[in-house]
Amino acid sequence: MRTMVQPGLFTDGEVPTLLGSRCTACGAHHFPRHDTCPYCATEDPVPVELAGSGTLWAWTAVTSPPPGYQGEIPYGFGIVELPEGIRIIARLTESDPAALAAGQPMELRIVALHADAEGNDVVTYAFAPGAP
Amino acid sequence: MTGVVIAGVGMHPFGRFEGVTTTDMGVHAVRAALHEAGVARGGFQAAFCGTAYGGVATGHKVLSRLGMTGMPIVDVEAGCASGGAALMLAAGALAAGQYDTVLVFGTEKMPRGIIRSSFFDPWQEEAGLAATPSFFALRAQRLAVTSGVTKDHLAQVVVKNRRHGASNPDAMFQKEITPEEVLASRVICEPLHLFMLCSPNEGAAAVVLRRQADSPGSPPPRSPPHVTLAAAVLRSHLPGSVLSESTPMSGLTDDAVPSPTTLAATAAFEEAGLGPADLDVVECQDTDAARELISYEEIGLCAPGGSAALLASGDTALGGRLPVNPSGGLLSKGEPLGASALGQVVELVRQLRGQCGDRQVDGARVALSHTVGRGANAGVVILTR
Repeated sequence: MRTMVQPGLFTDGEVPTLLGSRCTACGAHHFPRHDTCPYCATEDPVPVELAGSGTLWAWTAVTSPPPGYQGEIPYGFGIVELPEGIRIIARLTESDPAALAAGQPMELRIVALHADAEGNDVVTYAFAPGAP
Repeated sequence: MTGVVIAGVGMHPFGRFEGVTTTDMGVHAVRAALHEAGVARGGFQAAFCGTAYGGVATGHKVLSRLGMTGMPIVDVEAGCASGGAALMLAAGALAAGQYDTVLVFGTEKMPRGIIRSSFFDPWQEEAGLAATPSFFALRAQRLAVTSGVTKDHLAQVVVKNRRHGASNPDAMFQKEITPEEVLASRVICEPLHLFMLCSPNEGAAAVVLRRQADSPGSPPPRSPPHVTLAAAVLRSHLPGSVLSESTPMSGLTDDAVPSPTTLAATAAFEEAGLGPADLDVVECQDTDAARELISYEEIGLCAPGGSAALLASGDTALGGRLPVNPSGGLLSKGEPLGASALGQVVELVRQLRGQCGDRQVDGARVALSHTVGRGANAGVVILTR
């Protein structure tokens, strides 16, 4: 069994998506979903599924376990730019910074973090190097 | 101008002090500041205490050891800028005529290791997205793109600040370091190595503020020179920057959103009626080596993209045109969150008075202190003599 690290952030199907929102007044996209636009304070942005692929904008690797983290190290950590004009902070499946390059295509994946007390895989969103 | 003068300063060194409590350190710093200001019990009407990890009523615990008078005591938490926030509140209360003398202090005993912050949601921690140094690393990587900052530049920031800190008796590390040693330390998050990151630690600092009109002696006493609080500003963030100290999970592709630091610095310069060209000495947030360079650009010490060139020019080293972090910065002192901003202010007051010995910036008349961190919170203080 798989359990999401937090409900409402992503879908875990064959083609996963990130669950965002779009402001009907200023057009800005948000992630995670907001109930008020953080940019113009207009209420009730529309829920949207964000594009599952984008380009790499910044990246590093985490080499020591941060507080509250039970998964493996090292792991990739970076920022991916999506075509909606939004940059997403995310784990990266590639943990060697030298293997990544600015602007390279990245694709959304759902990855396992660790097993919970019931033996379920706790999963979260991440980006993997994609086909050019 | 705020119409507020610095009547006295005091400090407990920054470092690790086994068996010394948050309260003990606060008492040490406050007692020194009150003594220097010539203020006895009842001589101040309010106190503001900066602390992030001190717990409930940290300020009360300190002042209960020094004689209570029923005065209001307010603890202030604004992350790395807690002391700056406390100073802003105190200056505002004095300017409004609410009090004539106010005590501001900060005291902190940080947990060891990567800072655990209640700021993050549990799922962010579980997903590995609460890795504070990795956000610093991403900013450092972007600075390489926008400003041509290399690992050698990052090492040079550490070398500079550790050289400054070698003559600061209040610093945690009072030993110089070579670029080779910095680059040989282990990589925490590429491009940041261990010695490019400051250590969370312990310490306290205190400042007594007085309304200028109520200061004894007019004209002001000449020895030590009279230091005036020209501005004390706190700002938070505007949404949109994915790398903002507000650590959002997303942002816009718009790179023109002003940073919290730029917002605070702009407001502080306006309040003081001064600009970056007027500065003689700066203490800025150097949580990591890249952060100091980002601060150069965000405060306006150089044009955007100019931080590597400013560092390489030597201008920001002691003996240069505009020394930055003559105290050794957080890279030498370590960072006790609630005390770090006031630690900068104590250093700058002593610089303006000419009391800094080997690390003295000769003839300094205008000084700026800058802290920024989680929230986001950015504090900028300008002092003059």
